[in-house]
Amino acid sequence: MIEKRGIGRPIAHVVLILGVLIVAFPIYYTFIASTQSLTTILRPPLPLTPGDQFVPNYSEAIFGGIGRIGGVDVLTLLFNTLVMALGIALGKIFISILSAFAVVFFRFPLRMLFFWLIFVTLMLPVEVRILPTYKVMVDLGMIDTYAGLILPLIASATATLLFRQFFMTIPSELVEAARIDGAGPLRFLKDILLPLSKTNIAALFVILFIYGWTQYLWPLLVTNDNQMNTIVIALRKMVSFADADTPWHMVMVTSILAILPPVLVVVLMQRWFVRGLVESEK
Amino acid sequence: MAKIELTDVRKVYPGNVEAVKGVSLSIPDGSFVVLVGPSGCGKSTLLRMVAGLESISSGTVEIGERVVNELEPAERDIAMVFQNYALYPHMSVRGNLQYGLKNRKMASDEIARRVDAAAKMLEIGPLLDRKPGQLSGGQRQRVAMGRALVREPAAFLFDEPLSNLDAKLRVQMRAEIRRLQRRLGTTSLYVTHDQLEAMTLADKLVVLNSGRIEQVGSPMDVYEKPASLFVATFIGSPAMNLLPVGEGGVPGVSASDHLLSPGGRPQILGVRPEHMRLVAETDATQPGDAIFELTVNGVEVVGAESFVYGGLPQGGPEVAVRVAGYSHLEPGTQVRAATSHDAFHRFDRESGRRIVVA
Ligand SMILES: Nc1ncnc2c1ncn2[C@@H]1O[C@H](COP(=O)(O)OP(=O)(O)OP(=O)(O)O)[C@@H](O)[C@H]1O
Ligand SMILES: [Mg+2]
Repeated sequence: MIEKRGIGRPIAHVVLILGVLIVAFPIYYTFIASTQSLTTILRPPLPLTPGDQFVPNYSEAIFGGIGRIGGVDVLTLLFNTLVMALGIALGKIFISILSAFAVVFFRFPLRMLFFWLIFVTLMLPVEVRILPTYKVMVDLGMIDTYAGLILPLIASATATLLFRQFFMTIPSELVEAARIDGAGPLRFLKDILLPLSKTNIAALFVILFIYGWTQYLWPLLVTNDNQMNTIVIALRKMVSFADADTPWHMVMVTSILAILPPVLVVVLMQRWFVRGLVESEK
Repeated sequence: MAKIELTDVRKVYPGNVEAVKGVSLSIPDGSFVVLVGPSGCGKSTLLRMVAGLESISSGTVEIGERVVNELEPAERDIAMVFQNYALYPHMSVRGNLQYGLKNRKMASDEIARRVDAAAKMLEIGPLLDRKPGQLSGGQRQRVAMGRALVREPAAFLFDEPLSNLDAKLRVQMRAEIRRLQRRLGTTSLYVTHDQLEAMTLADKLVVLNSGRIEQVGSPMDVYEKPASLFVATFIGSPAMNLLPVGEGGVPGVSASDHLLSPGGRPQILGVRPEHMRLVAETDATQPGDAIFELTVNGVEVVGAESFVYGGLPQGGPEVAVRVAGYSHLEPGTQVRAATSHDAFHRFDRESGRRIVVA
């Protein structure tokens, strides 16, 4: 790009490597800690090389259950979090595609009013409407359910706006060609709009999945049963104010396991972005 | 195969924009009708009303024997070719061609037969598995044509299908569209603002001006007997020379009194550049010729011919004269041009309509 020869290149590499080290070191250190016994962790300094407790620590966390959070194993936590993150990501995408589809391609009375109503909800994130939402969930008996975890987070003005912007770039001739070809609205959505949006959907999915995965406040409120905890909440519950009460090795194991799925999603979906960029069809 | 009949069709867009102001037109079965007119005159609007993409404010559109005002585009048995091709970018060429047929639940062997036939006719067989993004503009245009062909519709509608192509390809595709249409005999309505395209393609030319029909006729009819000043100047390049006739005739033009007499109403005379010729002072002129005294303003060399632009005296209008080959006239030179009497067109200055000399 700018400077490819001479001294610039090694300097660029040094900077990049430093950056990677700074970002990666805490994660590496967490991993190291997750392979040590609790006593080693509680007696600093912590070694910089992995210990010998990898298998016992991880199998205890995954299959055994962790005492401080009511003996729930990490597998359950991962499953809960996965259901919530997938539910939020897919639900948000589903709802926002449908509403953007309606707003862009249909002429109905008060269309702009509906659009602005959606827009205005941007000003009402979960934190602002938390009490009424909680009340509604209690009344509907949705405390400690997956639906209760997912539904309040599922409507997304941001995603709707994003899809709306994208849909508006679709040339009207394409829409008209489909009409002449006998594609009704739903067929148009399925055969033309969704395939054209797939890179947008993939990008949004990654963002929303991580958003869902890292949710803290809402799951904290809406789950009481330890069996329904998400991994982030469980981590929080594991940590006590007194160091000695906290199973630090388990905390480290859980942290590492909590990081893996989002990383996996990013890595896997990255191929989609690249493909979308290379083909650049439009 | 079907005729198309428009009866007093109007289009009023929201905001009271009247884009089409009462158009009646009948397109015989199997004919190629070209709508031509300047930008914004309502050509696309009219075509889109026939296609069903735009609602019809009043009047009726009939395709075949059916009034189609309330029918969806897909039910009108038409196919449309768009200016920017409007191919589905994520589908292969084959996918593009067969999409409309699949939606009609056609049997797959019939679909395959039609797609192959169209691909052969348009020579896009080797491209069937490519995506539109991997095609050149000309190839995309062919695919867009193919998508219309496979439908085997009652009528083709074209909205400036060639204007995104380069000049050479445009000429080639123009000939091809004409050839295909002759071969299939499908009624076609074609919109363009390019008069050359209009003249070469049309069986019947419809000149549109701000939402109204100015003239309907065969291309030669329209060219030789323009019904109005608008048509006279719109069709033909360079445009027809116009000479307002005043009390004293036209300054710098000498002709028999009969030609230049103002007549009952104010008139404008028109003469095409190719009906004028440069003559030397000494040349004998035919009796009945009108003689123009011109000061050369400039010369436009086209290749096989040149156009000499000369001004009439006393700040009169500029006149173009066609000469064969290459003209070396310098600006400022005085020249004479002659025109036979019967090459003149006569228009009413107020209404702009042609005055038919009995
Ligand atoms: N959706 C619309 N709403 C309001 N006015 C419109 C709309 N579409 C077109 N018009 C107006 O109607 C008139 C005719 O438009 P139309 O697109 O038919 O022109 P056209 O002859 O096809 O021109 P061009 O050669 O530039 O394509 C124009 O004055 C245009 O501004
Ligand atoms: Mg147009």
